[in-house]
Amino acid sequence: MTATATEQDQTIVEFDVRTDEMLINMGPQHPSTHGVLRLVLRTDGEIVAEVIPHIGYLHRCAEKIGENLLPIQFIPYTDRMDYLAAMNMNLGYALAVEKLCGQQVPEKAQVIRVLACELNRIASHLVGMGAYGLDLGSFSPFLYAFREREMILDLFEELCGARLTYSYITIGGVHDDLPPGWLERCQAFLDYLKPRIDEYHTLLTNNHIFVQRTAGIGVLSRELALSYACSGPMLRASLNREAGDPEWDLRKLEPYCGYDSYEFRAVVPPFPEAPAGVVIGDCWHRFYVRMLEVVESIKIVEQGLKRYRTASGSHRIEPPRHLPAGEVYLETECPRGALGFYIVGAPGKQAVPLRVRAKSSCFCNLSVVGELCKGCLLADVPAIVGSIDLVMGEIDR
Amino acid sequence: MNASEIVAMLESRFGTRLLDRQLTAPDPFVVVGATHLVEVMRFLRDEPSLRFELLHDISGVDYLEPDPKKAATAGFTPHLEVVYHLQSFTHRHRFTVKVLLPRWRDDQPGSLPELPSLTGLWGSANWHEREVFDLLGIVFVGHPDLRRILLAEDWVGHPLRKDYEFPLEYHGIRAR
Repeated sequence: MTATATEQDQTIVEFDVRTDEMLINMGPQHPSTHGVLRLVLRTDGEIVAEVIPHIGYLHRCAEKIGENLLPIQFIPYTDRMDYLAAMNMNLGYALAVEKLCGQQVPEKAQVIRVLACELNRIASHLVGMGAYGLDLGSFSPFLYAFREREMILDLFEELCGARLTYSYITIGGVHDDLPPGWLERCQAFLDYLKPRIDEYHTLLTNNHIFVQRTAGIGVLSRELALSYACSGPMLRASLNREAGDPEWDLRKLEPYCGYDSYEFRAVVPPFPEAPAGVVIGDCWHRFYVRMLEVVESIKIVEQGLKRYRTASGSHRIEPPRHLPAGEVYLETECPRGALGFYIVGAPGKQAVPLRVRAKSSCFCNLSVVGELCKGCLLADVPAIVGSIDLVMGEIDR
Repeated sequence: MNASEIVAMLESRFGTRLLDRQLTAPDPFVVVGATHLVEVMRFLRDEPSLRFELLHDISGVDYLEPDPKKAATAGFTPHLEVVYHLQSFTHRHRFTVKVLLPRWRDDQPGSLPELPSLTGLWGSANWHEREVFDLLGIVFVGHPDLRRILLAEDWVGHPLRKDYEFPLEYHGIRAR
């Protein structure tokens, strides 16, 4: 029997195969979803037609708990929102309550807050960077990142005894003053970390396979990012300094804790050192913005260490006994974006607030994933979801 | 542009359709009726000198004192508030818009109040409105996909309402 030319030609045969749409369930126990996120993918062969995220597996209704507790009692619950950056969560809530009470904390407390938050930002970005490598099949950066992060956790353990859920920054300042010798140990850690940054760039940033997996993938346009109220590195990676976009960082725009007196820059593309093939707003840029923010945070911590030696005032002042009536909304720049707290004080004389609302940055950043993944390849979904750097505790609250 | 200028601009455009304004609060706001919400929000987003491109947050607040003995001294009448926190990317100013709603539509306990959806104006409104619907029970008319988002699909009730009763049992799991 002789086969005709058509039957032998594989490319023509492939066109004849009609693929049905398929629903694929990814998660909630999938390693690359960073926690309990469930994605339902509607695919046509290798092409993803639609992504539907299902969230809420970690929902604890923290907002309802906040309505039944004194503000100071709610601080430990904020730890459990973004558990990779608990210091920043503490700070967001403390600042919102202080704004409602019209309180200003002393300079010393502000410096310690900046030190703790920036160290936590470094730790959080290290996990984000390491886990992203893991998503894309590179195991070693994860181990290196955790080696460095461990040292930050040791420093935090000296501050407050906890390694993950600190409750260190509290209303009226911080819980305890820095222990003796902490400044020197922190400086020694920074001196250790600085040369390590180049190792990460070798391992991931300029790694050919990594660039291939992330360049031009999941491009988030500036307009889409604004419409979905993305924030943090997610938004900054989609901006273009040369096109006149501002340095959209709340530490610069609406400085709190004296951030305006520190010298650092908000990281906004374009980057002249970027490898060929990357476009603004893609996964590579989101990753790289985080890497550069680590360098900026190191600068801030070094300035804070110097400033602490001359800072005046106490590390903590007495918080007011009653919450005044009224409502405030305050956003702070967390590692993953802008965390907003909306607090309504009850008009009657009550110690507990009428409403505590936490606006999560990851929640908005994740809501755009349906748009980002439209038409991408199945293998790119972990690359896109990983580049958002999700923490489900913050999304589900 | 500061808050009083924004309010003045809204007043010249919408006049009596602004129900209330509060300029002395830490975050100044205006109150708009539900029927004019989309119109006012579209103006806030598109007017060149305002340009509120970012809808950061939608939060619902249930003003209710569940204890009848304290209700007289609570300092408010029972109602729901939906609060929109806006910011302009171009001009960097912030502003807040509120809508006041009855706790139940036509005061019929069990029938949820309604509000027009803003999903046509901002992408972020989609998930935020789903969350407000899920936790406070406010129906957003015109929302393309109004499902529960944080709670299970078969969950009963809206937990952030002040008179919410905690379930004693869920699918055979005893709560206490």
